[in-house]
Amino acid sequence: MRNSIILAALLFSINAFATTPQVLLKQYEVQAKQENPAFTGFSAERGAIFFRAERTHSDGKKVSCSTCHTSDPRNQGKTRANKVIEPLAPSVNPQRLTDAAKVEKWFGRNCRDVLERACTAQEKGDYIQYLVNLK
Amino acid sequence: MKKWMQFLVLITSITSASVLLASGGEGGGSQMPPVTNAKWKAECGSCHMLYHPGLLPERSWNKMMAGLDKHFGENASLDAATRDEITRFLALNSADKQDNRRSSRINQSIPASATPLRISETRYFISKHDEVSASTFKRKSIGSAANCVACHKGAEKGDFSESQVKIPR
Ligand code: HEC
Ligand code: HEC
Ligand code: HEC
Repeated sequence: MRNSIILAALLFSINAFATTPQVLLKQYEVQAKQENPAFTGFSAERGAIFFRAERTHSDGKKVSCSTCHTSDPRNQGKTRANKVIEPLAPSVNPQRLTDAAKVEKWFGRNCRDVLERACTAQEKGDYIQYLVNLK
Repeated sequence: MKKWMQFLVLITSITSASVLLASGGEGGGSQMPPVTNAKWKAECGSCHMLYHPGLLPERSWNKMMAGLDKHFGENASLDAATRDEITRFLALNSADKQDNRRSSRINQSIPASATPLRISETRYFISKHDEVSASTFKRKSIGSAANCVACHKGAEKGDFSESQVKIPR
């Protein structure tokens, strides 16, 4: 009995965050509508611009998402500590955008790192749409 | 004891016995024994190589884990449960808890009043690398002194033996 409870809990915890890019887009769409009643949909073009947009951080350095991920999400990138980052585009790296908690964790860190604020659901959705459309 | 608990204890003792064997029998080998924890591997190995817990004393790890939101200029924060599990793992295997020569030397090179967050700033590290120039550490293939694995192939497993050192071009 006890074993099966543990097993069930384990299976549940593994599956709890498993997702697909399409499910993520739906979830961000729900949030985006709450954040902005005039929401009209996600745009891959806006996502591409967002990804490459460079801004000056309050520490004086120029940063963008492509600082670490390169300007093409199909390429390997590099962290500040010189470690390879596998590509973000699911077409070349199917493991991406399949773990909701991981995606939220990195949006959380990376948005604050680049924009010095949290990203909006609109920005996250646009960006995921851009990644998904890359073949 | 419940059956599954007995099994867990058995597995744990087999694992620790083989770790002891790998480090040279009675414990206290010259290299740091390989250690692992799934959360640590996933969370502390995404931005850089995995730094073996035996490279810093417990007080350093505790301080680092209490300030992950400002971690060397980056945000590495974790949920409380994950952070606590990793902190325990690091503390348990830290330089002042490890029984091997490398960890003891590192620990002895740190004044009791200091709590360094960088291995690369300890006296032990500096004395071992006095022949490596600052410009070598800055090579594109290396990046900084913190990227141990660029020159020490076995660094993530705790192997820093001289025979394994190779500086990339
Ligand atoms: C300082 C370097 C850095 C910057 C800048 C950066 N990222 Fe990342 N990003 C990373 C690292 C490291 C990972 C984790 C890689 C891994 O686990 O393989 C990551 C992971 C991600 C993921 C997780 C994908 C997945 O499913 O595994 C997303 C999404 C992401 N980044 C988006 C962004 C966006 C959007 C920006 C700009 C706002 C950005 N990143 C800027 C370093 C960076
Ligand atoms: C978001 C990215 C990120 C994550 C996640 C991260 N770190 Fe770091 N860490 C860095 C950066 C950047 C540096 C500075 C690297 C440099 O100077 O080249 C660093 C440096 C370090 C150093 C100092 C290395 C030295 O001797 O100079 C240690 C130790 C360290 N990290 C441990 C950890 C631990 C433990 C975790 C997991 C709880 C962790 N890091 C997670 C980005 C990260
Ligand atoms: C640029 C390459 C390079 C980097 C990066 C580097 N090392 Fe080294 N390391 C060396 C060289 C060269 C030696 C000297 C080997 C010898 O004496 O023959 C050495 C020696 C050592 C030794 C002593 C080995 C022994 O048995 O005497 C230790 C321990 C060590 N390094 C740890 C580290 C750690 C920890 C890091 C990362 C925080 C690091 N190293 C980063 C090149 C490097």
